Amino acid sequence: MTVPHPRTTIRRVGYRPYRPPRPSPLAWPFRSVPIPLTQSIQLGAVDWIILVTYFAFVLGIGAALKRGMKSSNDFFMSGRNIPAWISGLAFLSANLGAQEVMGMAASGAKYGMMTSHFYWVGAVPAMVFVGVFMMPFYYGSKARSVPEYLKLRYDEKTRTFNAFSFATMTVFSSGISMYAMAKLLNLLLGWNFNVSLWASAAIVLAYIFLGGLTSAIYNEVMQFFLIVLGFAPLVFLGLRDAGGWSGLMSRLDLVATQSHNAAGQPYAAGAWASAWHHMGTPASNPMGVEWFGMVMGLGFVLSFGYWCTDFLVVQRAMVAKDEQAARRVPLIAAVPKMLFPFLVILPGMIAIALTYKAGETGFALPVKGNAFDYDMTIPLMLKHYFPTGLLGLGLTALMASFMSGMAGNVTAFNTVWTYDIYQSHIARNRSDAHYLWMGRMATVFGIVLSIMTAYMAQHFNNIMDMLQLVFAFVNAPLFATFLLGMFWKRTTGHGAFTGLLSGTFAAAMHHGLTIPVGAESLFKGGWIGPVLHTYPSEMAQNFWTAIWSWTTCFAVTILISLLTKRTKTDEELRGLVYSLTERHDEGHLPWYQRPIWLGAMILVAVTLLNLAFL
Amino acid sequence: MQLDLRLPIGLLFSIFGAILVVYGLVTPIEAYKQSLGINVNLYWGVVLCGFGAVMLGFALRARAQAREKLQARDE
Repeated sequence: MTVPHPRTTIRRVGYRPYRPPRPSPLAWPFRSVPIPLTQSIQLGAVDWIILVTYFAFVLGIGAALKRGMKSSNDFFMSGRNIPAWISGLAFLSANLGAQEVMGMAASGAKYGMMTSHFYWVGAVPAMVFVGVFMMPFYYGSKARSVPEYLKLRYDEKTRTFNAFSFATMTVFSSGISMYAMAKLLNLLLGWNFNVSLWASAAIVLAYIFLGGLTSAIYNEVMQFFLIVLGFAPLVFLGLRDAGGWSGLMSRLDLVATQSHNAAGQPYAAGAWASAWHHMGTPASNPMGVEWFGMVMGLGFVLSFGYWCTDFLVVQRAMVAKDEQAARRVPLIAAVPKMLFPFLVILPGMIAIALTYKAGETGFALPVKGNAFDYDMTIPLMLKHYFPTGLLGLGLTALMASFMSGMAGNVTAFNTVWTYDIYQSHIARNRSDAHYLWMGRMATVFGIVLSIMTAYMAQHFNNIMDMLQLVFAFVNAPLFATFLLGMFWKRTTGHGAFTGLLSGTFAAAMHHGLTIPVGAESLFKGGWIGPVLHTYPSEMAQNFWTAIWSWTTCFAVTILISLLTKRTKTDEELRGLVYSLTERHDEGHLPWYQRPIWLGAMILVAVTLLNLAFL
Repeated sequence: MQLDLRLPIGLLFSIFGAILVVYGLVTPIEAYKQSLGINVNLYWGVVLCGFGAVMLGFALRARAQAREKLQARDE
């Protein structure tokens, strides 16, 4: 992704994660038997052994890395000494939290093949861009964080604005991740909510406290393999149950013709099986978006905004051992990213197809209100198909990805807090040992704040909704600021700061003046009063909020920059702006290691994938 | 020297694989009704062992190479 799934997450994507469009009333008298959620899974001894072995390894890795943590550079930046393949998989994994996995499967069930846009349009091109064009500035500037780059390129106020909004968001994301996990474990296994919450927090705290960023990165890579190897049998069993690929496709045609859009018309037979065919108008596809809004909103603004400016992922590339390796990191990550739809979206498509032939096979999605409970797709498929043994592996994979989601946020938080807030505003010029100590303390209170957030999420759903909205407004315009900063040396600090504020304001205005069809709450839009436009789905509204916000930030930044004086000389901007940075000669590298060729090959491959599932 | 990540990954998945293979061998086929009558523990355990062995192989090879380099430098 990209862009995380709505309902289940609050990741720092530059927009408000979409809510599913109005739950479409089930037109068809389906025979599905709801699976009682109250009946929790009984784990066998062998499942426990697998689970415990995993956690022993996690803590063991932290302990083994402790010896290497001698300076703040080791703790926050892994000593800038991580091989490209490890950073690459961590870059991917940092984005692949459990909420992402479960959310994408849910979308696969709800929207079918169109969900692949979150990967093949909304992620891979941006990953190629960040590797080929942006990494040289991030890495070459020696900035230790994304806000620090803003400080070097613009000024202190732009950095501080970004540092505060980012730090707050990481804490909330990690809290939401904890909450989601504790709730799922409670629902699925009958475990106590409080115990799950505190135990997972303690494990994450222990391994980051010991091994810093390296520990988080190593665990992300382990989680990557666990997810792949833990879920692959699920795809195999599900596909076999659905009657193979052709069986799945014919069932999906049935799903499409028996569902209908907001106006009550059924979809065309291929609506769940093709990615592009039905994107002419919002009414003809289950996502309720047209191709232009999707490509511009998701493919350009949201996706580039997330992959190019979100410190959580960018941090993984910044710690590579040299600039060449740093540029390869996002490109290495793009390859598995391209294939992930087969692992996470396909199970959702299988689940909905099986639900429509329930009675014959047995697996069916449960019903919640007047729609299916899509979010439970993955956990329920694990429960249905995995026998004791493999079930332990599947649950370990799920828990590992929740926990590395927390860890990723906490490591990004402690870095931004220590370097961009503490060191630059509270305590300058202290010893390195002092900042290392502060990093460990920041880890502790980052986790404590996350725990508080988790309890807050449990009690006040509305506050969470509101925060999520505010973050989205703050993040949507950020990519315009970076784009102009890196490619136009005339951009000034005042221009960037005003542009960011205007973009945030534009996002809020757009959201306040429009609503998606069937909105029942002010959190979904229209809170200003008059409604100027009604979108066919929430996703369409989100995409267009992003487009408006980005465009406003872009235009205002240019305007104010032209009206204000440059405060940084060409010399100061060397290494930060494209035209003032000398290109490294890559002639000595074999062609397959040159970012430009790797990037081109990835783009060709992703185009072929889009064509194959047109 | 920093910990070579391939080592714990190789170990972890070899252990997981071994656990599943053993468990798959001792459970009767009737236990696999939900996985469509396929003894997935056994088969997938073998796959995990294979993956773990490959990772361990890489890690051990890198370690041997590093040792050779050190020796060459000492001489």
